[in-house]
Amino acid sequence: MSVVDLSRLQFALTALYHFLFVPLTLGLSVLLGIMESVYVMTGRRIWRDMTVFWGILFGINFAMGVATGITMEFQFGMNWSYYSQYVGDVFGAPLAIEGLMAFFLEATFIGLFFFGWDRLSKPGHLAVTWCVALGSNFSALWILVANAWMQNPVGSRFNPDTVRMEVTDFLAVIFNPVAQSKFVHTVAAGYVTGAMFVLSIGAYYLLRGRHVELARRSITVAASFGLASALSVVVLGDESGYVTTQNQKAKLAAIEAMWRTEPAPAAFTIFGIPDQDKHETRYALEAPWALGLIATRSLTQAIPGIFDLVDDAKLRIGRGVEAYRAMLSLQSDPANQAARRTIAMRQRDLGYAMLLRRYVDDPTRANADDINRAAWDTIPNVPALFWSFRIMVAIGFYFIALFAYAFVVAARRRLDRRKGLLRLALWSLPLPWIAAELGWIVAEYGRQPWIIEGVLPTFLAASPIAASNIWLSLAGFVVFYTALLVVDLYLLAKYVRLGPSESWLVPDLATRLAPPGGVEMEPRTLHHPSLERMEPKGAGPSGI
Amino acid sequence: MQVPLEYDTLRVIWWALLGVLLIGFAVFDGFDLGTAMLLPVLGRNDEERRILINSVGPVWEGNQVWFILGGGASFAAWPPVYAASFSGFYVAMFLTLVALILRPVAFKFRGKIDRPLWRSFWDYALFVGGFVPTLIFGVAFGNLLQGVPFIIEPDMRAVYKGGFFELLNPFALLCGLLSLAMIAMHGAAFLYMKAGEKVAHRAGVAGYYAALATFALFAVGGVCAWFFLSGYAITSEIAPNAPSNPLHKTVTTGVGLWMENYRARPWMLAAPILGLIGPLAAARLLRLQRERVAFLASALSVSGVVATAGFAMFPFIMPSSLEPAHSLTVWDASSSRTTLLIMLIAVLVLLPIVLAYTAWVYRVLRGRIDARFLEKGGHAY
Repeated sequence: MSVVDLSRLQFALTALYHFLFVPLTLGLSVLLGIMESVYVMTGRRIWRDMTVFWGILFGINFAMGVATGITMEFQFGMNWSYYSQYVGDVFGAPLAIEGLMAFFLEATFIGLFFFGWDRLSKPGHLAVTWCVALGSNFSALWILVANAWMQNPVGSRFNPDTVRMEVTDFLAVIFNPVAQSKFVHTVAAGYVTGAMFVLSIGAYYLLRGRHVELARRSITVAASFGLASALSVVVLGDESGYVTTQNQKAKLAAIEAMWRTEPAPAAFTIFGIPDQDKHETRYALEAPWALGLIATRSLTQAIPGIFDLVDDAKLRIGRGVEAYRAMLSLQSDPANQAARRTIAMRQRDLGYAMLLRRYVDDPTRANADDINRAAWDTIPNVPALFWSFRIMVAIGFYFIALFAYAFVVAARRRLDRRKGLLRLALWSLPLPWIAAELGWIVAEYGRQPWIIEGVLPTFLAASPIAASNIWLSLAGFVVFYTALLVVDLYLLAKYVRLGPSESWLVPDLATRLAPPGGVEMEPRTLHHPSLERMEPKGAGPSGI
Repeated sequence: MQVPLEYDTLRVIWWALLGVLLIGFAVFDGFDLGTAMLLPVLGRNDEERRILINSVGPVWEGNQVWFILGGGASFAAWPPVYAASFSGFYVAMFLTLVALILRPVAFKFRGKIDRPLWRSFWDYALFVGGFVPTLIFGVAFGNLLQGVPFIIEPDMRAVYKGGFFELLNPFALLCGLLSLAMIAMHGAAFLYMKAGEKVAHRAGVAGYYAALATFALFAVGGVCAWFFLSGYAITSEIAPNAPSNPLHKTVTTGVGLWMENYRARPWMLAAPILGLIGPLAAARLLRLQRERVAFLASALSVSGVVATAGFAMFPFIMPSSLEPAHSLTVWDASSSRTTLLIMLIAVLVLLPIVLAYTAWVYRVLRGRIDARFLEKGGHAY
């Protein structure tokens, strides 16, 4: 395998691995904030116990998220040095601001979340918990601003003197429509993940008849939060699709396996077998008008098919070669004003000329055959995108149904009697992760062959290093990450099995949990001095 | 936007900010890396090791952000440096990453299962997580001072032409040792202030010797840099406001050139003086049992040592030993003026907020970590 392929494989593996932990951090941090808010508002001890218990699982997951996140930041420099050089001026800023604004907040307060229970007032600790949640959400915002710029490189221009992209309008980079829609879609998906995690484990306890009070309340919170989030994911995912139509037509066409432009309003292909070599989709089952509505929000706009997009790419390659030729003459004669004008005029197509470098060293010498091949390269892998997208969407709709059902049952206080629902919830645990990973595959694999859409091809962006280096790191990551995952899952399972009463080290918390089904009593005596200080005087039992 | 800040001023500000971030990393993350390194030396049984770990337990996570931020800021402000250094030091960076990944999980996982074998495994992981990055960062600095074998192609692609084992030359290893001694001193000074009885006492002794070693290694390093090491200097006219392109200059090399800045700008001597006096002061203050001032002295020595290297190299950030004219400098390896300005505004607004809440968190968590704390704290590691 080439350096580029190895680097792509390593990035995909480490990113997908990192994203096993991120969505749960996003969702669970907010759920912790909600649970602790209820504790502070009602003074009811069980809500504090819930926060502490889910907090333990949160901590195990958070450590893995942090650990794997470090890899992501440094891989840009290690494996994608030309990318870093070419776009660091634009792409680096959101990453740095993420560290300053979000990660500091999250990481500084996470310690206090665990160690501050007996050192802070109730509202003080609540504020700390919300700071952690806020930090992780801000973190997602800035990372997605950076990522969205790769999908839709706004607010920047090519500078021939420095041979790289530079910022012209930073507000445009922040308020990139792709960033906004991606952020809300991704964060809502994280909330669904957190809700599903709590719902599943709560259902497990109810099925076993253990920790009933805690499980019931957790499920109620998770079901309502999950329902709102699942609805947002789908609605905001649709927004994301709409935005994609505007700037990544090849990605949309590949998701749709739409080979030829259809007259408006386009039909949505529900099922089919796309064939990349023959350029056709067999056994297509279509829903009339649906795609036109989803992708353009109108019934009159046509959506370009793959053949038309390839023709379009050929035109852009031609214009890009003009810019490329001008860039070469500028390198030998920096005073060449005509070349500068050509670059200024044609810079939006410069990246298309670079696609030719896969076939010829000098794009200005490419022949028609090279151009044809390069144009077809702009179409991502159709079957992979077609299926990833459909499975992701199906899981999304399933979540709305599941959480709605759980919400109704929880609201009617019938949770203990609906074993079917509980089992369904338990077995649905892996689904949010599957959907999230497929979402990334659609977004990033669908961006190929570009590392930055229309600006820089992926194959040019890798570091000029020996493949043996990457074999070493790739093997290292696979072994190391697998071992860590095994340990992580083992610990999570262990602490879920132990349950809230035994899993934390404060011994007397266990005695304060109510017997299953009974009315909860506040503890009369607390022999632990630190907890005594926390307890509001005279807080009596009250139902919730 | 009309801001009266010229491009050249912004470049110098960002050079200084990179230094601030490196020093922030060395001072803040330094003491928990040092603590992790001292774990096998100072923690003789599980309880003592737990005291060590819990001394940094609630704060190391925030400290590590200085490292992440250093990476992010060099990506944003000095993209060519970020690109050339991390791809050039690929294997070293990979080893650092593995060590740094071990840290969060070791902290979190160690206390989760109460078995001696499990705990001692994660103790070693913590040790590796402290030792390896400290050594590698020192070695990397040693290599930066000598120049790194890379060239820049006309399309600005930096190509590294060295191997991994070349990085392990005598001067770089000396810098690695200095880094280890310095961080051990810093971790020990922190533990002397933070940990309970026995551990604190032992930390005081270890810190004393580590401080003396820091002084000696720093002095030897300085003599080497002065009399044996080739420094770099720009010989062509400098255009500090020109677009970032490192291919339009000429550079000469020569023994002792790294000392030129200290001759031309004597105020810079404050850094090496701090690097020499700081460890001696820290050693003395540890003996006198002045724990807070000793930690301050240690922090100042760390800052002095890092700044000494930065000042010596100015305006170079990453010299090229293969093609000195391709060296990356403050004047030709930065981001555009717009980006530097935006980032500066972000730092000016956000960094004070970060420092304010960090100070608050340390205040909330004040107090010594001893056996009583472990018994009481439900979430202790």
